[in-house]
Amino acid sequence: MKQPVAVVGVGQTHFKKRRDDVSIAGLIREAIDRALLDAQMELSDIDAVVIGKAPDAFEGIVMPELYLAGALGAAGKPLLRVHTAGSVGGSTVIVAAHQVITGIHSRVLAVAWEKQSEGNAQWGLAGGRSRGIGAGGAFAPWMRAYIHDTKAPEHIGWQVAVKDRRVAAKNPYAHLKMPDLTIEEVSESPMLWDPIRFHESCPSSDGACALVIADERVAGSQSRTPAWIHGLSVRSELAQFPGRNPVRVRAGVECAHDVYDQAGITDPRREIDMAELYVPFSWYEPMWLEGHDIAGHGEGWRMVDTGETELGGAFPVNPSGGVLSTNAIGASGAVRFAEAALQVRGLAGEHQVEGARTALAQAYGGAAQYFAMGVFRSTPPE
Amino acid sequence: MTVTDIAVVGVAQSASVRRSRLSEAQILVPTIAAAIEQAGIDRREVGFTCSGSCDYLTGGPFAFVSNLEAAGAWPPIAESHVEADGAFALYEAWVRLQEGDIDVALAFGSGKSSPSQPSEVWAQQLDPYFLAPLGLDPPSLAGLQARAVLDAGLATERDFAEVVARSRRNAAGNPHAQLRTPVDVEALLSQPYVRDPLRRHDLPPISDGAAAVVLARGDRARQLCERPAWIKGFDHRVEEHLPGLRDLTRSASTSLAAAKAGYDGGPLDVAEVSATFSPQEGILVRALGLDGDVAVNPSGGPLAANPVMAVGLVRIIEAATRIMDGQAQRALAHVTAGPLLQQNLVCYMEGEQ
Repeated sequence: MKQPVAVVGVGQTHFKKRRDDVSIAGLIREAIDRALLDAQMELSDIDAVVIGKAPDAFEGIVMPELYLAGALGAAGKPLLRVHTAGSVGGSTVIVAAHQVITGIHSRVLAVAWEKQSEGNAQWGLAGGRSRGIGAGGAFAPWMRAYIHDTKAPEHIGWQVAVKDRRVAAKNPYAHLKMPDLTIEEVSESPMLWDPIRFHESCPSSDGACALVIADERVAGSQSRTPAWIHGLSVRSELAQFPGRNPVRVRAGVECAHDVYDQAGITDPRREIDMAELYVPFSWYEPMWLEGHDIAGHGEGWRMVDTGETELGGAFPVNPSGGVLSTNAIGASGAVRFAEAALQVRGLAGEHQVEGARTALAQAYGGAAQYFAMGVFRSTPPE
Repeated sequence: MTVTDIAVVGVAQSASVRRSRLSEAQILVPTIAAAIEQAGIDRREVGFTCSGSCDYLTGGPFAFVSNLEAAGAWPPIAESHVEADGAFALYEAWVRLQEGDIDVALAFGSGKSSPSQPSEVWAQQLDPYFLAPLGLDPPSLAGLQARAVLDAGLATERDFAEVVARSRRNAAGNPHAQLRTPVDVEALLSQPYVRDPLRRHDLPPISDGAAAVVLARGDRARQLCERPAWIKGFDHRVEEHLPGLRDLTRSASTSLAAAKAGYDGGPLDVAEVSATFSPQEGILVRALGLDGDVAVNPSGGPLAANPVMAVGLVRIIEAATRIMDGQAQRALAHVTAGPLLQQNLVCYMEGEQ
């Protein structure tokens, strides 16, 4: 029942703080139209639509995909809405891919979006209650614990921020482009939630991301190289309980090993050419490098320190600029998958990792408890 | 469409009540445990879990996260969530099972309408530019649909009342239902309109509740259940949102979903349909081509218990149960989402030949 599938089309909007030039429908159509153009398809070629976004409270519309059915080209088709917190963009791609892997559909459109300027994301994240601590407040103690456990120097977080904001200038769709940002500017920016300073925190963006996933027959007839899917996995665990390790999260470890096993990867640091990891706060780069067993304990921050995760380094992480530069929450996971797919297709433009053949995409959400991961290659599974 | 042998092997639902003092997760804990117990499996055998719920009912984001407690997400599980009825979670689980690497999946749905005003919540499901500002609540929209049905000569107000009277009669034997007192059609028709031409009884009750289903594949299903309810077809379709763009007296996407699910229009023993407002039952019966012999909503249907986000999964449970207990051989469940039957799902099941 399992058949090879690939990403054959990728489309993103330009991400901005406020896309008041378009409605919500216009925003998602911008991404869809680009994805269809890339896939050389029309909306009528699509069999089913899977849509994902983070909480409906962000825009104030209950299940907005229903009102968007027409704009999604979904009328007369199956439409499924996914919501798995911050990991939702990744989960959406995975749910869509399963509909093709199983042979139920041949061409499925995955769309993920958020138009955060429609509401107040900080208020939304706080459960609609005032005085919420925000995502940064929730994650800060775990980053501090990581720093303590691994004796990481303080400049690692600053370095990740500089790397991601600078490289975002090479990505036409990224929100924050700061090609001249310096370590000093990051280190002197206001402290938000210790150890996270202003420049080490993700922005709040409007934007959408769409991917077309197709079966072997369709993918094989594409003129542009498809991104073949070699592994997909989701894992969830409870938000809190005595003994939980929120720094090295077991769900994240198991999710990673599941996709590595599916893709036949035994040495991820050597066998994977680049990764798009969900890093909304700078310290999550080394934390996920270790939390997904790409690096050993205390090795993640050393990979950052030595420049290994820079574009041009031995293991580039987030050459798109990552979530630190662009964060339309519902879309952010899908952007990781889309960017990883672009890399193995050789279509990433100025931020292309030279010779990328195997790419890892990851999204996480909730209290670092939801994980969605995928492995893409430029060649089909054997 | 590729379909492997996948069947319902365990089901459970909570009682539907107007106001539960328990949280969604607390309602789910015994419900999921009961479905797993009926399937006769160890929870660790569940290879994929999917849930359905709605943030807005709780009035905050990430409401589904606390429901992970009930799913038993430790050690970590392969899990996903739809912002939709649990029936759509079951669809996702059914898709996932077809990959063949796991044998058992769990789907559940839960919703509490009591903490909020449903008429305010669901008005926010409408087009935010053209409809939501009007403050149209579901009963108002259903009134427009009912009027269209009457004007087309497809039914009378007495027909609506008779649907309700049958719902209450059937629900009298359903321990999970909320409205179980028999009613007299003449008495119903003497009641005032709440949304002309709808009377209070034409509207569903406001309910809290949850439901869970265990699916199994192939031989594992046969081992676990004496008479599994085999899913022969499963499909869902959406149509345009704006009511003005649709013929409200028909449900085109229901007919399409049934056809895509491979339901051939043949004789059924039972059909459980999501007629949330009484005039919708006739629309759905026509859209599905049901004949007079089929028992429609023997559970009482959504007019007797309406735990949103679980109520659709309950339709599948009620249909499957009648196959599992030997009362039925062929059963169909219909689930709806969105205003005025905008999105429709059909799950067609058969017993062992």
